[in-house]
Amino acid sequence: MRRFRFADPSMFLWLALIGVLIFLIAMPMVRLVISSFQEPETGRLTLSNYIEAYGRARHLQALWNTFELGAGVAALSCLFGVPLAWAVARTDMPAKGFIRLMVFGAFIIPPYLGAIGWILLAGPNAGWLNKVWIALTGAESGLFNVYSMAGLIVVIAVTSFPYVFVFTTGALELVSSEMEDAANILGAGTLRTTFRVTLPLVLPAIIGGLIISFLEAIALFGAPALIALPARFHVVSTQLWQFFEYPVRVEQAAAYAMPLLLITIFMFWLQRTVLGRRGYTTVSGKGGERRVTRLGRWRWAMLGYALFVCALAVFLPMLVLTQAAFARAWGRGFSLDNLTLQNFHYILFEQTQAQNAIINTFVYSGATAFAAIGLSLAIAYVVTRKLVPWSNVLAFLCLAPFVIPGIVLAIGFYAAYAPPPLALYGTATILILAYTTRFLPIAYTSSAAGMRSINPEMEEAVRILGGSRLLAIRKVLAPLLKRSLAGAWILVFIPATRELSSAIFLVGPNTRVISVMLFDLSEEGNFEVLSALGMILLVATLIIAALGFRAIGRDFMVRS
Amino acid sequence: MSKLVLRGIEKHYGDTPAVSGLNLALNEGEFVSLLGPSGCGKTTTLRMIAGFIDPTAGTIEMNGQLLSSPSGALPPEKRQMSMIFQSYAVWPNMTVQQNVAFGLELRKLPREEVRRRVGEMLEVVHMGHLAARYPAELSGGQQQRVALARAIVIQPQVLLLDEPLSNLDANLREEMRFEIRRLHDEFRITTVYVTHDQAEAMVTSDRIAVMNQGRIEQVDDPHTLYTRPKTRFVAGFIGRTNFIEGTCNGAQVEFGSFAVPLASLEDAPSSGKATFSVRPQSMRLSRARLPDGVPQAAVTIAERAYLGEFWDYVAAPENGVRLRVTAPPLEIYQVGESAWLAFDPKQMTPIL
Repeated sequence: MRRFRFADPSMFLWLALIGVLIFLIAMPMVRLVISSFQEPETGRLTLSNYIEAYGRARHLQALWNTFELGAGVAALSCLFGVPLAWAVARTDMPAKGFIRLMVFGAFIIPPYLGAIGWILLAGPNAGWLNKVWIALTGAESGLFNVYSMAGLIVVIAVTSFPYVFVFTTGALELVSSEMEDAANILGAGTLRTTFRVTLPLVLPAIIGGLIISFLEAIALFGAPALIALPARFHVVSTQLWQFFEYPVRVEQAAAYAMPLLLITIFMFWLQRTVLGRRGYTTVSGKGGERRVTRLGRWRWAMLGYALFVCALAVFLPMLVLTQAAFARAWGRGFSLDNLTLQNFHYILFEQTQAQNAIINTFVYSGATAFAAIGLSLAIAYVVTRKLVPWSNVLAFLCLAPFVIPGIVLAIGFYAAYAPPPLALYGTATILILAYTTRFLPIAYTSSAAGMRSINPEMEEAVRILGGSRLLAIRKVLAPLLKRSLAGAWILVFIPATRELSSAIFLVGPNTRVISVMLFDLSEEGNFEVLSALGMILLVATLIIAALGFRAIGRDFMVRS
Repeated sequence: MSKLVLRGIEKHYGDTPAVSGLNLALNEGEFVSLLGPSGCGKTTTLRMIAGFIDPTAGTIEMNGQLLSSPSGALPPEKRQMSMIFQSYAVWPNMTVQQNVAFGLELRKLPREEVRRRVGEMLEVVHMGHLAARYPAELSGGQQQRVALARAIVIQPQVLLLDEPLSNLDANLREEMRFEIRRLHDEFRITTVYVTHDQAEAMVTSDRIAVMNQGRIEQVDDPHTLYTRPKTRFVAGFIGRTNFIEGTCNGAQVEFGSFAVPLASLEDAPSSGKATFSVRPQSMRLSRARLPDGVPQAAVTIAERAYLGEFWDYVAAPENGVRLRVTAPPLEIYQVGESAWLAFDPKQMTPIL
């Protein structure tokens, strides 16, 4: 009778976890909102930050530009993603596996790297496409100019259409052929069936993908900074960055970040409430077979379109980036005397900054992955086993960063933890903490899914035989979760290695990471070294992704 | 002294009671089943005994020591019990050998003894040749045997089984019923067995506690439970039965189409109305009228079905009641045929 559990230790765990989550998520967001209403010097409440942030025409213009960018990217992503998804999931188009792989490739390429590829391709005069155009037609000037809103939209769309693709294929693979047969038997042809039955059935998924593309586009920093700034226009993210130029105006930045935050929250709310209620998102035609639609001769046209999209997203940018990485001067084109390994040698052995950046990137990303998985695992355990009342609060907090754009999160972290007493600005700690917060939702969804798949009876069997809860976790739960945790680790690690939008606000001179380094190099116009560094990042990512494939299976990137 | 005592156990989830006012005492070495339909609170009761759930009210004692009370409870790992789960919960990351050895290792037994006892236990459940296998390489029945071995090898104070056979196919289930009883006869571990299958309970148990809506309706050995059900629910849940209404007038009980002397009925009230349970196989059909002393009614055959082992007839006396009667395969009656239906007063049980 002495060992009664009057004071349950899990209560302390709960308090500890909620403390960590408040530190990581609630504090930065609260600080963000508060400082947007504070006078910089005195800390008194004021609306002047908002007046300052929105009182200027060019600031409002940037806001409008962002909206235009998001809408354009969403529309173009749909144009790229939906036909490809349909062709891959439901038709007899050739080379479907290859197209899937290329779309996955487009997913892996960081948007800022794609943007650099497109600068090399469609720079006003020197860009490859323009040179080809001039050579073919003898025209005075090039046809394309990447430094424009249209250019920016294309560049971002080719990296974000995989969201639409993944959502739509996922839904299409659930639509039973019987749905289509029912239309066929009533006299509808293939085309009519596709447009009247199949596509409407997966419309919620398409809209879901559209929303993600839109949000991705408006929150992005790298690609807009590389393209919009030389084109002399601003979007919200680049404008926010301007507020961090000397003198740093965090309070105004906070005020100016509000629309981004609110739009994101609103969009996710929209997706959940409006679309979630339409029952047909889960059109799990039970056991119904899924046949492919025969396209006849059109299948080659379909393949042509798919290859065209893949060319825009992967082949062309990767081709010119590879060329630049191995070239003495990228403008001199493909010739043997232009070939060199000097760029790689320079990065890996000569330039200490680049070496540090590479090491920092992988160390921070690794630390982030461990921190995010550890934390989310503890929370997933408490939540799925319902150890304490109100455990759902923990789950909610864990998923909350999902609706916070990286750039907004970074400003929140800056506002909360850059000033004393913590004074974390420019330290590795603040980067790892911000990354951990940013990728906590990914880690949590994976951990919780893994946890749910394990019958609690497995643990109860340990306890009834006399083992403590900790022993059950160590001897049974941990070994069973190993595989899914490895997958979750990679899922956090990969995006962390390429994260730019939150890093750019929080790095100090000694904590630069590859993504920031790439951004700095682009400002110097040193595209050869930059491409080489990008290559290194990409190859490392590919190797890790391949390991992930082997360990977890093909769908691991899609699962979050 | 009783081994395990549940006294006034209640469990509420919000306002809905899952278990209410439950009393049960098990003797040392006794095998008791908790039998009832799904949602009757039997698994909740078992998990309260195990310590995974704390009761809202009432106490649980083992060997005279308090295990659970509303003010606190001993955690499962301190109760020296073991349990067999519906999913078996055989740990897939450990071999059969490691699974069975787990509890012994926790008890810090010498390595040699662990090995010996695991070996012996695996022989008892006929799994000795599969000791090095992983659970994924075993069939459902084999996993079940591993779970049994793992639970029994530690010689627990109390063994708990939570519908252990519900995931097996029919043949295997029948085999495992006898297996569980055999193991109980061999080790004599005090056992609580939760099931919704009456045949399972009757094969394995010394006593059965029939549960309904969070309460125990009756606790008795299988034979008494079947022949002398106390409540309408028990009579209907254990086997099939007919309910007939009778009026007692001092000397005999009047059933409309026939009457039975009060003296020949056990426990019948001497006056007023009463309901009796009459099992289908306790009545006999006959073409000829039987001698006068036998209570009997003139009936018409209303329905019939041949089930191979017996006939299933519905016999209708004149007063509008319909009685289910079973008869051996060669006693063939046509639908619409008239017959006499004889009753055996010893097999008519008044119920509450």
